[in-house]
Amino acid sequence: MVDFLLRRVRVAVPTLFVIVTLSFFLVRLAPGGPFDREQALPPEIVANLRGAYGFDRPLWEQYARYLGSLARGDFGPSFRYKDFTVTELIGQGLPVTFELGALALAAALGIGVPVGVFAALHRGSWADRGTMMLAALGIAVPTFVVLPFLALCFGIHWRWLPVAGWEPGSVRHLVLPVTALSLTPLAYVARLTRGGMLEAMSGAFVRTAFAKGLPLRTVVLRHALRPALLPVAGYLAPAVASIMTGSLVVESIAGLPGMGRYLVQGALNRDYTLVLGMVVVYSTLLIGMGLVVDLLYLWLDPRIRFERE
Amino acid sequence: MSGATWRDAGRRLRADRAAMVAAGLIAAVAVLAVLGPWINANGPETIDWRSVAVPPGLRGAHWFGTDRLGRDLFVRTMGGVRVSLLVGLAATVISLGIGIGYGAVAGYLGGRVDDVLMRVVEILDGLPLIFFVIFLTVIFGRDEWLLFASIGAVGWLAMARIVRGQTLSIRRREFIEAARASGAGTARIIWTHVVPNVAGPVTVYATLTIPQIMLFESFLSFLGLGVQEPRASLGTLIAEGAGEMQAAPWILLGPGICLAALLVALNVLGDGLRDALDRGGR
Repeated sequence: MVDFLLRRVRVAVPTLFVIVTLSFFLVRLAPGGPFDREQALPPEIVANLRGAYGFDRPLWEQYARYLGSLARGDFGPSFRYKDFTVTELIGQGLPVTFELGALALAAALGIGVPVGVFAALHRGSWADRGTMMLAALGIAVPTFVVLPFLALCFGIHWRWLPVAGWEPGSVRHLVLPVTALSLTPLAYVARLTRGGMLEAMSGAFVRTAFAKGLPLRTVVLRHALRPALLPVAGYLAPAVASIMTGSLVVESIAGLPGMGRYLVQGALNRDYTLVLGMVVVYSTLLIGMGLVVDLLYLWLDPRIRFERE
Repeated sequence: MSGATWRDAGRRLRADRAAMVAAGLIAAVAVLAVLGPWINANGPETIDWRSVAVPPGLRGAHWFGTDRLGRDLFVRTMGGVRVSLLVGLAATVISLGIGIGYGAVAGYLGGRVDDVLMRVVEILDGLPLIFFVIFLTVIFGRDEWLLFASIGAVGWLAMARIVRGQTLSIRRREFIEAARASGAGTARIIWTHVVPNVAGPVTVYATLTIPQIMLFESFLSFLGLGVQEPRASLGTLIAEGAGEMQAAPWILLGPGICLAALLVALNVLGDGLRDALDRGGR
């Protein structure tokens, strides 16, 4: 187990390194720089600024320096948000983004799995067909269409919930963004659970369990559910990726102070350190989720565990 | 896959009512989008000073209403649909081209070549490609064709996997051996014998790729990284509408419903196609 984890981490670190390297040189390829303003600065000032941030050095030296400071956990200063380091900006934005994403993921699993199980157990009924149609809708309709629609209905027409904005600790402000963000993964989870459940229920071990006289409830919860969740576990990493990209638009529509805006704004402003910091944080989250998925597989499917030992 | 299998699949698809309704809807929207400029006299960038931000109605033929600048939303939305469909098709063709070539070569040659090629796909698959597309669009910014290319260049990974898997399963079959025995070269075998035989799963996957790419394009445009003003894409129109939804909800509703309906229809059609080909294919 520990051995397995170690091996995974040994793959994760080079991946992260490749991502940082590619991103570092890609953002530098973009025309323009962080000191471009609508009114051009006097050349002496630009030269001073470039010197102060080390832009006058050769690119490979800047790269080495960046890696060095990154290894010490220092993301460097932001070029556009004056007086802020990238670490501080991440510290402000990450908790909001994380809360939003974690709640959306929890909703997707907490609702999607029971719905999928229910649909599979009532295969072919109108309830099954109805939920699968809704799931098709949820997969197809993009987050940035859903959220404005929800806001239009619940926020503007009926005035039940705030349309946008953020207050620390306020649940009401989170309802619409989390709902919009969770719909696509929820639909996928429901679909995958249904498929996995149908397959598990046709397995010999389920027939055995029924033959022993176990009630349906026990068969489903104790025997069928675990193997049925394998496809869902496989979807977790893509789900996190989709929630991350979704949170970029959700934060911008609902005006939440997450870190999504820093990624796009940073890229547009050529705020090199900020963009790279975002890439590092997002990639770490994604790769970390990959590790969690692997552990889940070990728990869900004992055959993998035995194979490794 | 022979002609008869395709005919059978076509018959099954025609019997699938949901898929047919979806196909009809897509065709209707596509025709409207192409004919848009001829059915409605308003220009996509002309400003109607007498009707600024009016709700949908027949006055001045503003069927979807107008935006803050008095531009007709029906014509702009249809222009956006045109852009979305074009991006969807162009980027899908690009990812098809790369994916089929890459996957067929990897699967047919096998061995060391296959190992190396698929390892590359694995590494690329592990990277959060959304960032790279964002960077690419920032670098190439205003050029729409490069936007298509960068989206398509990302979409080929899954295609390469599918084609490779299919190729692996057919490369030991008799007709490949017969082709080799009669002196056909590797390139010729891949092109005339392998590629046509993976067409089934590739068609299904391509149909399901189009809505994904359209979604991605409108996502980028929504963030302001895709299609630029004064040209409109469904994403930019939705972004505009989301900002005005309190005062002028119709700016959001027209393009939003259009995009959602198109994506749902394309997904339903893709699923129907998969079912139709799956049952007869093996």
